[in-house]
Parts: sequence; C-alpha cells; structure tokens
Amino acid sequence: MTKQEIRETVLRVLGQIAPEADLSQIQSNLRIRDQLDIDSMDLLNWVIGLHKELKVDIPESDYPRLATLDGCIDYLASRQELQ
Amino acid sequence: MAWQTIAKSIRDWALPPNLADYGRARVAFAWEGARKELDGLPGGQGLNIAHEAVDRHANGPLRDHLAIRWLGKNGEVEDYSYGRLQTLSNQFANALQQLGVNKGDRVYILAGRIPELYVAALGTWKHGGVFCPLFSAFGPEPIRARLTIGHAKVLITTEVLYDRKVKALLPSLPFLDHVVLIGSNHQATNVPNTKDYLRLTENAGDSYTIPPTAPEDAALLHFTSGTTGTPKGAIHVHGAVIAHHITGKLALDFHQQDVFWCTADPGWVTGTSYGIIAPLTNGITSVVDEADFDPERWYGILQSQKVSVWYSAPTAIRMLMKAGSEIVRKYNLDSLRFLSSVGEPLNPEAVVWSKEVFGLPFHDNWWQTETGGIMIANFASMDIRPGSMGRPLPGIEAAIVQKTEDGSIQEISDPDIQGELALRPGWPSMFRAYWGEPERYKKCFAGGYYLTGDLAKRDRDGYFWFVGRKDDVIKTSGHLIGPFEVESALMEHKAVAEAGVIGKPDPMALEIVKAFVVLRKGYEASENLRRELLGFARTRLGAVVAPKEIEFVKSLPRTRSGKIMRRLLKARELGLPEGDTSTLESE
Repeated sequence: MTKQEIRETVLRVLGQIAPEADLSQIQSNLRIRDQLDIDSMDLLNWVIGLHKELKVDIPESDYPRLATLDGCIDYLASRQELQ
Repeated sequence: MAWQTIAKSIRDWALPPNLADYGRARVAFAWEGARKELDGLPGGQGLNIAHEAVDRHANGPLRDHLAIRWLGKNGEVEDYSYGRLQTLSNQFANALQQLGVNKGDRVYILAGRIPELYVAALGTWKHGGVFCPLFSAFGPEPIRARLTIGHAKVLITTEVLYDRKVKALLPSLPFLDHVVLIGSNHQATNVPNTKDYLRLTENAGDSYTIPPTAPEDAALLHFTSGTTGTPKGAIHVHGAVIAHHITGKLALDFHQQDVFWCTADPGWVTGTSYGIIAPLTNGITSVVDEADFDPERWYGILQSQKVSVWYSAPTAIRMLMKAGSEIVRKYNLDSLRFLSSVGEPLNPEAVVWSKEVFGLPFHDNWWQTETGGIMIANFASMDIRPGSMGRPLPGIEAAIVQKTEDGSIQEISDPDIQGELALRPGWPSMFRAYWGEPERYKKCFAGGYYLTGDLAKRDRDGYFWFVGRKDDVIKTSGHLIGPFEVESALMEHKAVAEAGVIGKPDPMALEIVKAFVVLRKGYEASENLRRELLGFARTRLGAVVAPKEIEFVKSLPRTRSGKIMRRLLKARELGLPEGDTSTLESE
C-alpha cells in the first residue's frame, strides 16, 4: 500500500469514529488529539480499526508514534514493510 | 471464582501506615479530633479550605517546600512552592474582588490541567466564592446546562476552549458577568467581551486576608448525573476540608515526604478533593500532568518524579495491563510505596496484576461526588480481598439497606445479601444540597441514612462489594453520565423521534454509552444517518459524553406511564431474560 493509500485509510477510520471532524483541516505535523475532540476509548477504537483495515499489529508501546498524522502514516508504512 | 486474599505483613510497608490498627482506630476516632489537625483561620475566624491548604504552610517551615510540580504536554516543567501558591492565589482573590465577586458567587473554570486552574481554585476559596470546575472535554451543551443551573457569575477558561465551545453560548448566558481568558503558555489574551487572566492577576495585590469563613459556608459545586432530569449540582462546604485532610492521611496514607500523583482531572470530584485539596492540606508534593493517558509517559513520570503514592482509576489501570508488563521493567519504580484506585470497582485481575508487576497491589476505594471524600477503602495495613472496595473509614458508618413493604428503610445485617449501600449522615464532606433542588436532595435521605444509589453486599468480615447501580446512570471510564442528557441531545436532531440510552458493558471502560434511536416518519435507517447522528451528538456533548454506539430500532419499550425502560433495553442488549414485563407497552 502506498503512503497515500495509508493516509486515506487512516482518515477514513478516524471519520467513522469522529464523523463530526473536518478531516481536511487536520495539520499533519500536530498531535491529532489536540485538533480533534477524541477520548481514550476513541483512540483505542481507532487503533483496532487500523489493525483490521491494514492487517498490521500495533503494539501498545508504539501508540505514541500514532500521535500525529505524519507520524502515524510513516509508522504504519514501516510496519507493513516488516510484515 | 474466588480470588486469594492478598495478606499484608510488616515487610510490605516502607513506612508504618498511619492507620495501623483498623479496629482500634474506628473506636478511637472522632471528627472533633480530626478537626484539631487543622489550624482554622487566625483569630478564630473560622475554617477555610485555602488557609489549610496553602497559607498555613506558606507562613511556616514549609514555605519553600514544593507543593505542585506541573508537567506540561510539551515537556514543560513548572514548580510551585507553598509560598508561591500563596502569592498567586492572593492575587487571584484580589482579582475576584475587583470583578465585584461576592461571597457565595459561583466561579466556574473550564480548562485542562493547567497551573491557573489550581491557583483559581485556591483564590476562589480565599475570597469566599463557590468554585465549580467543568470537565474541559465537555461539549457546548453540558457546559451550557451546568453554567445555567449554577448561575455562574464568572467563567475562567482558555482562549482555545472559549473559541471552540463558549463563545456561541454567550447569548444564552445573561447571568454571566465576566469571562476571563487564559492564553496559551501564560501569554496575555485580547478578545472582545472578555478579560485577560494575566493582566487581571498581575495587577492585583499579592497580599490578601481571608475574610471570616464559617465551616458551613459553601465552597464547591460539583456536577453529577442522575437518571432523569438535568445534572445535579452537589454543594460542599469549607468544613469538608476536615474529611479531605484526614482521608488523605488514613486512606491514601500520606506521609510528610511523599510525592503524590492523582491522575484524575479536577473536572471530576476526585481531581479536586485529592488532586488539589488533600495533598496540600497534608503539606506534601503533588504532581500534575497536563497530558492525556499514555503508558510510557505515565511510567516515565512515576520514575522521574519519584512518585511514592499513586491514585488512579480502573480504566487507566486496565489500559496499563493491556500495554503489558514488559514496558514496566524498563522503568525504575522503586519510589512507589502505595497504590490506590477509584472511579468504578477495580476488577480482581487488575489488583493481582499490580501486585505481580509493581510488587504493590492497587487499593480500591469507594466514594462519590455527594460524599466529597473517600468513605470505604482498602487501607495500607489491611489484607486485600481483590474485587472488594474495602471497609468504612473511621468516622464513617456504612450499611446495606432495603426498602420494606411499608416503604421504610431497614438495615440488612446478614452478610452477603445484596441491598443499597447507605451511609449515616454527619461526616464533614457530605454534600449539603443539590443546587436549587431541595426536593431532589431530600429524596436521597430516608430512615436516617444517605442512600447512595449503589447496590452492594457486605461480607461477614465487614468488607463491602460493589454490585451495580440502582438507577440507570452510566459509569464509563470513571465518569458518571446521565442517560437523559444524552437522549435529550439526540432528540434535538430532526430525524429522531425518540432515544433510549444505556451503559453497555465494556472490558476497558466498564461501560460505554450506547443509544437506541427511533426515527421519525420519512427517515430511513442508514449508515450515513447513523454517522450523522453520531457526529451530531459528539458536537453537542463532547466525545466523553456522546454515545460510542448508535442502533436504530422500531420502537422503545415503555412503561404504561410512558417512561423508557432502559433496564429492558440493557437486558436485550446482553441477551438476558427480560424479567417482569407486565407494565410494558410495546415493541
């Protein structure tokens, strides 16, 4: 999957959890949680959704790497290569 | 499954517990004695929370002792000694004076865990205002409802939150005299129709004499949720500080050199009673972390700040469990000596896990917004029965009660029988009113008891065990959510004819908010509409209050009198027998 495709998947899953969010306004280098109203259960559901859609395992200790959109895409791309 | 008792011995204590002999302490305890651990205002002018928390230490040997170490989201560290807190809270009290705030006026704050919040709380108490913290993750609707119920006179908030959530509400808040804005990183703000926190406080004098304060003067307004109707504003008085102080000592085992970390947000009662008041009155150091939950960050804080007493919540502990034991080994957590948990019952697995991983078990305790402080606890000196909330504190009389056929209240003295958990009124931090709702307050008391609304059992050794809620209030991630508030927000959508909201059991959050929605004629259930409703509810209520799941149904079960039967919705959700449905109208 290309980074562009990963990006689309990441945003689509986010949109399922927070449909009210204007995802086009997200700044890729800032923390997602600072830009959207998302609680810890949303985050958990988001990671579960990413795991399902992208078929990658995301260990809990790597969650901080999902904090920004850029970081998240880079991380998921590297995980996909690994698997 | 029966879990093995975690037995304690003298080897388990790094320091001798303040409450060493439970039986003896219960007999010897008197609230008058607990009062004597506090100073009271100079010259016999009464009892004020802020004097006990700050001024008495700032005027003595603890002046330069670290009161609060604040850790910012972006790695900032700020230290507040007792002396510095005194100066800052004096300035804030003077600023309130300038704004024309009078004794008993409600001063609200809507902010994350930033230093100004702590200063504002203390300054408000000094000036005789009633401090009302609002959870910063609330959406505009819960904020508007709570400001309106308590007739806020002043709202302190941040520039960011004002813009996102408050500005549009202003026309519906005519009673609100002042909005004071806090800029990011202690910067000044310049926004029409508001005042700037920095300019207000910087220009205010840094000495302040606390006016006479009666122990029964109102100090705190904390909102909580019921099954029906609007949120309830529980009022606590300055005298509650006696309970905050002594429970910090007895239930959380505060010792002089402790570094304490309460992970709760002051928007909920734990974050105020134990995130602000109790550690300060005990003269210890408190850690405040602005950031949200993150396992590595948390272990990093425990290590770098040398936290000795840690008070957290079951959802966070379960998330730490999920993150695994491996991460823990990367950190040196030798400073930890006492772990405690509150918010919802801590499952036995988590207690046993913490003992394995930290070498220290979490000590669950029980209390609620209305009780103001810890009522039932597993103490440092006590053997833990995993899954139990522990035993009543000295000075607290708890019982399991039931309603008899004639409507009176009767204590159930046999062990292991389920009933309602009830407390004998008279402890200092008991709520004194629901703001503006005397009838609702009265209903909480019967037969000489305060009825908690929680169902529980007591075993033959006096340990209490939580069973569930008597009403339909939802417990999610340690927060109480009223189904009515969520249903009302959904009903505002043009497609919704009716809505029923329940707590759906969840392994992580205990429960999640789930809504059942009946559509108006002309609307078709679809994935698009489901997402539209989800977004609609989240925008109004905020992510923490809004439903996580929405399901469309043809109709909702109602009683003959028209009340939605949430219990039945829940039974169906869980595939349980539906019980007596004789009063049921449809589906």
